[in-house]
Amino acid sequence: MSASLSASRVNVGDELPPLLLPPVSRATLALFAGASGDHNPIHIDSDFARAAGMKDVFAQGMLGMAWLGRLLTDWAPQKDLRALNVRFQAITQLGDVIRCTGRVVEKLERDGATLARVEVQSANESGEVKIAGEALVVLH
Amino acid sequence: MIDPKWIGHELSLSVLPIERTRVQFFAKAIGETNPIHLDPAAARAAGYADLVAPPTFIFAAELDSGVSERLLDDLGVPIAKLLHGEQGFTWHRPVCAGETVTVHSRIEDIYAKKNGALEFVVKQSRVLDAGGACVAEMRSVLVCRH
Repeated sequence: MSASLSASRVNVGDELPPLLLPPVSRATLALFAGASGDHNPIHIDSDFARAAGMKDVFAQGMLGMAWLGRLLTDWAPQKDLRALNVRFQAITQLGDVIRCTGRVVEKLERDGATLARVEVQSANESGEVKIAGEALVVLH
Repeated sequence: MIDPKWIGHELSLSVLPIERTRVQFFAKAIGETNPIHLDPAAARAAGYADLVAPPTFIFAAELDSGVSERLLDDLGVPIAKLLHGEQGFTWHRPVCAGETVTVHSRIEDIYAKKNGALEFVVKQSRVLDAGGACVAEMRSVLVCRH
């Protein structure tokens, strides 16, 4: 479990410990479909995905966002996570090896709290960005 | 074309009971191993009432309830053409197993780009706990590709 982050020890430019995921598999997509409640067959049924013009099933956007959530809660306690806003920029395909990274870009004061603004992204092994966005985390 | 009359539409409420086994299943599916999501004793030792739902878990509410699917039907968006463009969360506190949350959503905007080749639907949601306090807000941009 992550300990609270001290405002005096977090600095602009700090990198979060990266999160490296195993290659995206059909099993991962099936488990996430069941667990998340997203039963859209485009993520779990290759026939449906091909009929929809895709080359195969592909990852749910919310799976990639949940991984970014892990990146953040591995760094700071979940109670200190205030916001996460992302754009889904490219489809995460089967076999992609996703790496989630984050960097502190600003420290700001809001409503009496000190917050770190963190740029986050997920990219595959070729460096293609799949999801990009930013988070706000409370510092103490 | 998605009818702009849906701007301002309020979706039916979705009630999501947060269950231990679902939290554990979600944690497994995303590869999360922090025991606050898996072991009730560890969650309590960390100061939580019970297993902590991972941050994005609450997105399940409108999928489970069928409200998301009904919205796509209403808008005339086939699920095969749907993409998720953007997603945002603001959290006020984590929620735990044993709680029930209710999601209230409204369609904020509908617009097209690339001469209608892509249509966008913006949905804003409030997530309330059993006492009516807002525990989180969500913002989704859904994309229909033609």
